[in-house]
Amino acid sequence: MGGDDIIEVRDLEHAFGNFAAVRGISFTVKNGEIFSFLGPNGAGKSTTINILTTLLPLQKGTVRVAGYDVAREPAKVRETIGIVFQEDVLDRDLTVRETMEFHGRLYGIPREERRRRIDDLLGIVELESKRDERTKNLSGGMKRRLQIARGLMTQPEVLFLDEPTQGLDPQTRMRIWDYIRQVNATGTTIFLTTHYMEEADMLSDRISIIDHGRIVVSGTPAELKDALGEDVVYLETEDDEKARDALSGIEEIRSVTESPRGLSVTISADGSHCLPRIIERVRGAGIAISNVNLKKPTMDDVFVHYTGSELRDAGA
Amino acid sequence: MAWEFLTVYWREMIRFVRFRTQLFSSLLQPALWMAFFGIAMSSNFDRFTSSIPAPAGVVPLDYLTFMAAGVIAMTTLFTSLFGGMSLLFDKNWGLMREMLASPMPRTHIMLGVSLSGMTKSFIQASIIMAFGLLLGVQFFPGYSAARIALSILGIFVFVGVFSLGFLLFSSTISMRLESPEGLQGIITLLTLPLFFVSNALYPIQAFPPFLQTLSIFNPLTHLVNGIRYFALGGDFFAVGARYTSTTADVLGSFAYLVIFAAVMYLLARRTFERAVVT
Ligand SMILES: Nc1ncnc2c1ncn2[C@@H]1O[C@H](COP(=O)(O)OP(=O)(O)OP(=O)(O)O)[C@@H](O)[C@H]1O
Ligand SMILES: [Mg+2]
Repeated sequence: MGGDDIIEVRDLEHAFGNFAAVRGISFTVKNGEIFSFLGPNGAGKSTTINILTTLLPLQKGTVRVAGYDVAREPAKVRETIGIVFQEDVLDRDLTVRETMEFHGRLYGIPREERRRRIDDLLGIVELESKRDERTKNLSGGMKRRLQIARGLMTQPEVLFLDEPTQGLDPQTRMRIWDYIRQVNATGTTIFLTTHYMEEADMLSDRISIIDHGRIVVSGTPAELKDALGEDVVYLETEDDEKARDALSGIEEIRSVTESPRGLSVTISADGSHCLPRIIERVRGAGIAISNVNLKKPTMDDVFVHYTGSELRDAGA
Repeated sequence: MAWEFLTVYWREMIRFVRFRTQLFSSLLQPALWMAFFGIAMSSNFDRFTSSIPAPAGVVPLDYLTFMAAGVIAMTTLFTSLFGGMSLLFDKNWGLMREMLASPMPRTHIMLGVSLSGMTKSFIQASIIMAFGLLLGVQFFPGYSAARIALSILGIFVFVGVFSLGFLLFSSTISMRLESPEGLQGIITLLTLPLFFVSNALYPIQAFPPFLQTLSIFNPLTHLVNGIRYFALGGDFFAVGARYTSTTADVLGSFAYLVIFAAVMYLLARRTFERAVVT
């Protein structure tokens, strides 16, 4: 494993009673990247985070975070990490400022420094006006933002974000993406889980998809999408029948079907390279094209491809 | 020395003053005990026991004075036994994960909670003493100001050690239980024997030998011994019996409470170090 891996997980297993929630996963997260951990409900994401953050004891395998072994030096690991939990965990009767103050004191941040960071962070997450409000009076989005600010307060080397944007409106989510990018730009490694695929796609440097406690695929968002190899070109022509014949013989074309949006041409290679040839062929046969559309696979397609389409809440 | 437990203490005290009903009931409850139970019982006891003459040279004390020490002890017991409850809520609402994932040593959680429980007991003991004096409790009979100050300090030391032991006990139970109802059940089960097999409200001299022996092992008895020694002196007469205690007796009681607290500390530490809360 390289020296620039800030998280190294090898053959990690974890069971609750005789239910194996994590079944032998290995992965690394590089220093300074945004790493996303995706998977259906019950896949084992939060369990993995709990082990990485020392909240669950290590049962089997090895885990190193920021160079420290979670089993042997949990206290060191705790000093280097920040966590935003999946559930809202705020003391209802503390104010926004007190919530931050408490967290800062837990980590032994000196008073002046604490004050400065609280001011900065409440500014960043736009909660200055709620400073003396009790957390029970905040909206759902404000609570999430407060928890993110709290997680950032200790300037951790690795920040774990377990579904930070769950149930938020699009504006708030986009703002949170901005915070995540800002924090990442200062050198903090981000470990993210989310059920919003476009979020993972946009933010992540690398992604691992986990299902039933096993990692099913890993890669950069582009790699994962390209690997599906299922770009689709939609063609609207003056004569779909003839166009279809004209396309026969192009090797990369896997199938051509009629669809409400015109001819749907599924391509097994990179669609943007095939597109000019497809157009030449159809034009060459004297058929006019009125509209062309290239659709690349989305992270949603990748996710469903690797994890199947059945619901997980019920069975897992 | 790490001081993070003060952070937990700080938060517990914010909660204490912020939960108005909890604050007022904890301040009012001991006063009500003194006012109603104390006054009602003292007219009874004083009637029964007035026929027994005090030995020559020994100060006779009325029942209200005798039981005031018991009320301090009992209030301390209740407050301390419930003191771990906030941990149970922290745990159930997921708040404890923030502390467990932080670099703060885990034992500081219980130290912070215990310190705040002790503070509450000190406040309550002060209220009982102040209110009791208003009602005519004859604490500190004929003491000089310096001796009063010293006696109050002695009472606080006893209350502090005793409450520490029970707070740690309560914290241990809270960490191991799932529901507040369970904790409540255990507290109810414990308080009855602890309270009645003690010298808090009546003399143990009249107990059957078996109960007398049992009461010697009851920490509450030793707390009451300590409070009475500091508040009433080493030789007084109340509820038809003469009470004498030497410095050695009081040190013995203190040692017993210290050992009790130490054992509870070890138990609690073990529980906290192994705690898994997700
Ligand atoms: N404390 C526990 N006791 C027993 N089973 C547990 C416990 N915690 C988690 N599990 C089980 O382990 C599996 C993985 O749970 P986990 O919370 O890691 O899933 P997840 O990937 O985070 O799912 P989600 O997307 O819904 O948050 C689930 O089947 C869950 O029921
Ligand atoms: Mg989860």
